[in-house]
Parts: sequence; structure tokens; C-alpha cells
Amino acid sequence: MQRRELLQLGVALGTVVTVPAVRATSSEMQDAIRGYANGAPVKPGKVKLDVPPLVENGNAVPITVSVDSPMSATEHVTGIAVFNDRNPQRDVVRFTLTPRSGKALVSTRIRLATSQQLVAVARLSDGSYWSHSVDVLVTLAACLE
Amino acid sequence: MKRWAAALLVVACCLSATAQPTDPRRSGFDDMSPQTQAMQRDDMQNPAMLTVQDGAALWDRAPSASAKACSGCHGAAATSMRGVAARYPAFDNALKRPIDLSQRINQCRERRQQSVPFAPESAELLALESYVALQSRGMPITPPTDPKLQAPRARGEALYRQRIGQLDLSCAQCHDERAGGRLGGSLIPQGHATGYPLYRLEWQSVGSLQRRLRNCMNGVRAEVPAYGAPELVELALYLAWRDRGMKLESPAVRP
Amino acid sequence: MARTLLTVPPTAKRGEVIELRTLIAHIMETGFRPDANGQVKPRDLITRFACRFNGELVCSAELYPAVAANPYLSFTMLATESGTLSFSWEGDNGFSQNESVVLTVT
Repeated sequence: MQRRELLQLGVALGTVVTVPAVRATSSEMQDAIRGYANGAPVKPGKVKLDVPPLVENGNAVPITVSVDSPMSATEHVTGIAVFNDRNPQRDVVRFTLTPRSGKALVSTRIRLATSQQLVAVARLSDGSYWSHSVDVLVTLAACLE
Repeated sequence: MKRWAAALLVVACCLSATAQPTDPRRSGFDDMSPQTQAMQRDDMQNPAMLTVQDGAALWDRAPSASAKACSGCHGAAATSMRGVAARYPAFDNALKRPIDLSQRINQCRERRQQSVPFAPESAELLALESYVALQSRGMPITPPTDPKLQAPRARGEALYRQRIGQLDLSCAQCHDERAGGRLGGSLIPQGHATGYPLYRLEWQSVGSLQRRLRNCMNGVRAEVPAYGAPELVELALYLAWRDRGMKLESPAVRP
Repeated sequence: MARTLLTVPPTAKRGEVIELRTLIAHIMETGFRPDANGQVKPRDLITRFACRFNGELVCSAELYPAVAANPYLSFTMLATESGTLSFSWEGDNGFSQNESVVLTVT
């Protein structure tokens, strides 16, 4: 279903569209992630970025980031940051969490200027960093005001 | 065995003969993604509810020392305004033409509160209109049967079917004939005005039906009537007829 | 004072993890949008949010232009005793707002 919609979108726009397989993340976004992690390695896993794969309007896209963590004094998530690769700026939002948070589960609504990749990065109390990337297709309003 | 089968056949025929055809009309709500639907369903997530809060505050605020607040005459909106939004646009005997809810609010403001009417699409007007419309949420849209509305409604329908603009398109061509299809990447809804004023994600704010109609007319590169123009109210009047019986969802969320 | 909608459960059980949801009216002007004359509208954002319980940080956030207008933030808190939740938002042009909600934990 998603592939058909993609091809229809491509035909409508008169462009060649390929199914997003593995897209190289922009170097700017990698720099931003590296900066957040203070140079530490960022491994895929542990964190889950929930965002609809196809979005009908990029002005208010609900996202949820969760990390399976006991959130105890000795083992908890200290931060969650979300990055993008096609908006004017790479940062989206940065959360700080504490054991008082109870769970590592945050939600917000974000703006996506166009179809792009989002990366959620979690920082754990043991100093490790984990990430999850999602490609999002954004359809734009047909008639401008 | 035969008697049993025959009885079942008779019952089936009776059921199909009296069965109501399902309403082919779909609200824009049904065409939205589950995430946007969730935004509308939850009053604590719907950004339009912030505007409603403003409306509730305005309802109780006297515009001047010598004038009453809306609540001064109408009391609690939950009782006095129940059902009101569901039957607008309505015929106004003083102006001798149909007016929509925002025009009615401004009329009250001018005549009963001796105050300057709010500018069209202003934050205050949208806030009051959203607050009043909320009081009819869930009720069926019930356009008045006033015979004086027949001619303006017919004009509204004529405009709905008229091809306009440089793109030479009518409302009917997209929203009747091609509803369910796609324009660019966007799904074409049937265009039922069941949730106004609403929070449109594209606008990042609450807006009125008039704003949306002008939006569409601009989209087909037609000359856009000014806010409050009779053509817009007549079109809204026809749309209320087209939507009759459908549930009012105000204040809704749309992409 | 911007309008806010805060979802806090009226009561909670000791040890329960509760969901807190906040919505605040704010245009979140990105600083990238042009107006009708082509001039860029100046940036006007809420940049920081914090939720504290009896003074202790529960969750805070740095908001960038990519956060949607009328920012919605949802997070959780471990309820251990009754007390006061305070929510604060800060941003450009001296924007500052605080709200408090009492939480009863049994």
C-alpha cells in the first residue's frame, strides 16, 4: 500500500520516486548526533521512535519516544533527543529525564518540512547512547491559502 | 426443512425491504489518519480547545461598564446556546438575508452590547464562535426550514456547482465527483462542513468555514469574495443543507 | 498569559507511574517563515519547559523551531507522595509562564 501511494505521489509530482531503502543520513545530522553524544559511540537499539510512516500534514506530527528502562537510581535514561535531516535545523527537541520520571516515555508534536529521516537518541545513566531512525513520508497540502 | 427455509426467506426479504440505506456521506473526520482523529477526540490534545477557553472567558466579560457580558443576557452557554450552532446560517429579518453564526455574534455585539464588532477571523470572534459551537457538539446539523431561505440556498447550490477560477473547477467536481481520490498527495474529502470553527494543521490555528471556502477559491485561482460576502454565506447555507443530519463536531481538527 | 490545558490525574496510588500531558497556546514562530511581503517573520518560540514535583525535577525539555505550534508535551512521573506539580515555560521575548496543580497520592 505504501509503495503504491509513493509511486502515485511520484507520478503526480512528475518525479522519479524510489522506495526508501537505506538512505544515507546527512552529515550535518550525524554531526548534531555526535555533538549530543559528546563523541561517544551511538548504537542502534533500546530506544523506540514512534511516528506514522505517512503523514498527512507536516505541521503537527505526533511522535512518541520510549526506552525500556527501569528508571531506577542506578539505571535510568537521562536524556532523549530527536534529530532530523531536512528541516532548516537539525534539532527537534531534547528531553531531560530523572528517576522521578518513572518511565522513559515522552510524546510531542513536531514540524516536518518535507519527507525525511528522524533519529531519536537516548542517553543512559551509564554513559551509553542508543538510537532509532525512522523515515517519514510527508504529504503537503494541495491548495495553498 | 422447507418450511424453515421459506420462513427465513420471508424474514430476509422483510428485513431488506425495511432496512435503511447506509448514509453515503463521510465526514472529513473519517478520512483522517488515526493520529489526527485522536487529536480531535481528546479535548486535552485538541489545540482548538485552547481557543474555546478564550471564548469561555470572553463570554463572561462585559465589553464596557455600561454593557452586559454575553452571560448577562444568555446565562450559561451550555444551556442557552445548546443547538444554536447546529441551525446556522439562519435568516435575519433585520438584514433580510441569511447570516452565519459569526455574523450573529457580531450583530449581538453591536446592537445589544453597544460595542464595535470584532474583525472577521479575529482571535476574539473565533474564540466566541468556537465556544458557542462547542455547545452543539454531537447534535445533528439542523438547517432551518424557513421558506425565506429557499432562494439564497438555491443560489448557494448554484455557486457550489459553478466552475470558477483559472483552473475552472467547481466545488462539486472535486467534492462530489472525485471525493476519495487524490489531489497531489492529499485525499479529497467530501467537503462536509461539520466541524467549524476548526483547528487546521495547515493553518496552525483555528479558522472559520469562510476562511476555508476562500482558501479553496484561491486554490482554483478564482476571485476571492471578502469575508462576510453574501455568496459565502449562501454557500455555507447550501452546505448546511447538504450536511443536514450529520453530527456537528465543532471544534474539529483537520489536516 | 497563554492558555494551557494540563492533564493530571486527580489522585494516584503510591508507586504508580502517572501520565502528565501539557498543551499551551503559542504560535512557535520559527524564524524561517516569510510574511506576505517576503520579509522573514521574527522568531518567537517557547524554548524551555520544566516540570517539578515538590521542587524536584520530573522532566524538562529544550524546544526548537521544529516543535509544532501550541506545543504539546507528554511524559510520566512516579507518584510517591502528595504534593504540588509545577509546570514552567520560558521563551523568546521574555515569555515566562508557570502553572501549579496539586496531586493527591494515597
